[in-house]
Amino acid sequence: MKLRETESADGLKPLLEVNELKVGFERDGKSICVVDGVSFCVKRGETFCLVGESGCGKTVTALSIAKLLATPPAQWLGGQILLNGQDTLQMQERELRQVRGSVISYIFQEPGASLNPAFSVGSQVKDALKLHRPDDATDSEIVRLLTAVGIAAPELRMRDCPGELSGGMQQRVMIAIALASNPKLLVADEPTTALDVTIQAQILELLQEIKRRLGTTILLITHNLAIVSEIADHVAVMYAGQIVESAPAMELLRRPLHPYTKALIAAMPRLGHVTEKLIPIRGVVPSPNAVPSGCRFHPRCTLAQPDCSQTAPELKEVEPGHWVRCPYWQRSAPSEK
Amino acid sequence: MNLLEAKNLKVVFWPKRSMFAWAKEQLRAVDDVSFAVEAGETLGLVGESGCGKTTLGRAVIRLIPCDGGNIVFDGEDITNVTGKQLREQRRKFQMIFQDPFNSLNPRMNVGQIIGEAIDAHGLSDNADGRWEKIESLLKAVGLEPAYARRYPREFSGGQRQRIGIARALAVEPKLIVCDEPVSAVDVSIQAQIVTLLQDLQAERGLAYLLISHDLAVVEHMSRRILVMYLGKVVESGDSNTIVSSPQHPYTQALVSAVPTIEPGTKRKRMVLGGDAPSPINPPSGCPFHPRCPLAETRCKSDAPALREIAPGHFVSCHLA
Repeated sequence: MKLRETESADGLKPLLEVNELKVGFERDGKSICVVDGVSFCVKRGETFCLVGESGCGKTVTALSIAKLLATPPAQWLGGQILLNGQDTLQMQERELRQVRGSVISYIFQEPGASLNPAFSVGSQVKDALKLHRPDDATDSEIVRLLTAVGIAAPELRMRDCPGELSGGMQQRVMIAIALASNPKLLVADEPTTALDVTIQAQILELLQEIKRRLGTTILLITHNLAIVSEIADHVAVMYAGQIVESAPAMELLRRPLHPYTKALIAAMPRLGHVTEKLIPIRGVVPSPNAVPSGCRFHPRCTLAQPDCSQTAPELKEVEPGHWVRCPYWQRSAPSEK
Repeated sequence: MNLLEAKNLKVVFWPKRSMFAWAKEQLRAVDDVSFAVEAGETLGLVGESGCGKTTLGRAVIRLIPCDGGNIVFDGEDITNVTGKQLREQRRKFQMIFQDPFNSLNPRMNVGQIIGEAIDAHGLSDNADGRWEKIESLLKAVGLEPAYARRYPREFSGGQRQRIGIARALAVEPKLIVCDEPVSAVDVSIQAQIVTLLQDLQAERGLAYLLISHDLAVVEHMSRRILVMYLGKVVESGDSNTIVSSPQHPYTQALVSAVPTIEPGTKRKRMVLGGDAPSPINPPSGCPFHPRCPLAETRCKSDAPALREIAPGHFVSCHLA
């Protein structure tokens, strides 16, 4: 199954195509499938968001792209990941090292935990340069990169160790390191979750500027639908290891069709909407070793029909570009106005 | 009537900069803060990390000593009470913590965790009554009474937060300080906890001091909001006023920085430059002036006082 047309108008293949990806983790001799048949494609120059709650498999999906999971316990059980036309899942360690950095770079949730506390941030940017662009591993290039991510007085700051910088500054350094190798795809895994809202706004602004100026494609992983509305072009919502809905960002937020997406939006407190009572989603997120039968959301769904627990629904294109994994998407929830 | 009243509260820390530093520097975590919480209402406390909101929350329930000002709870001055008297007072105020993974003892089962609170205040003299109480508390927070024999590790984040709430309710408090009660739980569970807290408030007439960095959650639960920056209150008022027409530039930036889900209706974003300065060496004058887009010369030298610009709406800014 192919999600969205695989060729854009200018004849370029999408930068990233994930087809039927299945990832499992081995535990007590059994394999627990945490990503189950995920397919999506990211076009060049766009910001694609993977949204979901903790444990839904969004981070595992993102880490699979550059095969960054330790095997064991992780197991790739099937599927294909075409990054710039090459299947990374089939690559050997040596080929992967070519791809990591030069095609795909990552930034993570906790910048403090990703940086080495014992070395100055300048030397850590330099390490990335030495590896990927050895001729450019100069102080002036480090200063240029740090300036590009909005660090004031980069000549001084590059001598600081990570501990001397604030969380927002550390995340900027992480972005500078990720950009040092001129990647085509920047994977940002919850880049602002550990930061304050005013700093979050700065980092989101920076990511958009990078996309505009350098044309970098961004795959953003987040649990926050509001961030999606700020920066995403296209969104895929994940639940319990599967994509349940995928659409252009504005379309998905304006007209969510899957009961889970709808429920998630109804459960979010929004500024200036105090009069609307929050509608909680009952139950808890299922654990990967006990996924419900049939539709994985059915125990928590207010619209569930008797057959929802029997047959697992397919992800179907119900409107051009809008994919939903629910046969009853046209019904509205009883609690909705 | 005011249930809790704090006047000119100050909390100072003396961080150790290095083992060789002789001269200690003071960090004013809470600097001259006054507020009141009425019985049965929710007062929201917002601000970014390091602004002193948690310290303030802990200071008013005497978990950390204050270095100035006084706290009146339920008509009694509790600023300096100690020992048995303090323990008696503590029955009236409880706390819910942010991290439901670290705030429950992993070696105790749920019944013991809740029972400990009951025993500490001698609220039950026989085993049957005690057990009944534990079961009814679990029911009140939406958990099965049978869970009393299970251990915290067997529960999800949202369920653990419910256990923390049951423990706080065990002593029938009048006020609960909720420190980031939903920050560590999943999005779909957040609304469950928020609604539970609201329902409990309606049933039991509880007052909450709600500490959170999430303005949307605070607006949703509180009648009034206090905005803190670098240990000081910069604006306070009706939650509606604070969100719809904030007067302090910091509150304006805070409100505009909250990402909205409404597609197409983007608020004009006011992105602040830089980070919050260190409270060890706060800027002169108005503490917000280095990041303030509207700062004038006098902001650098004169610290603005908290003024009432409309009934119940206080702002500490020269330009408001």
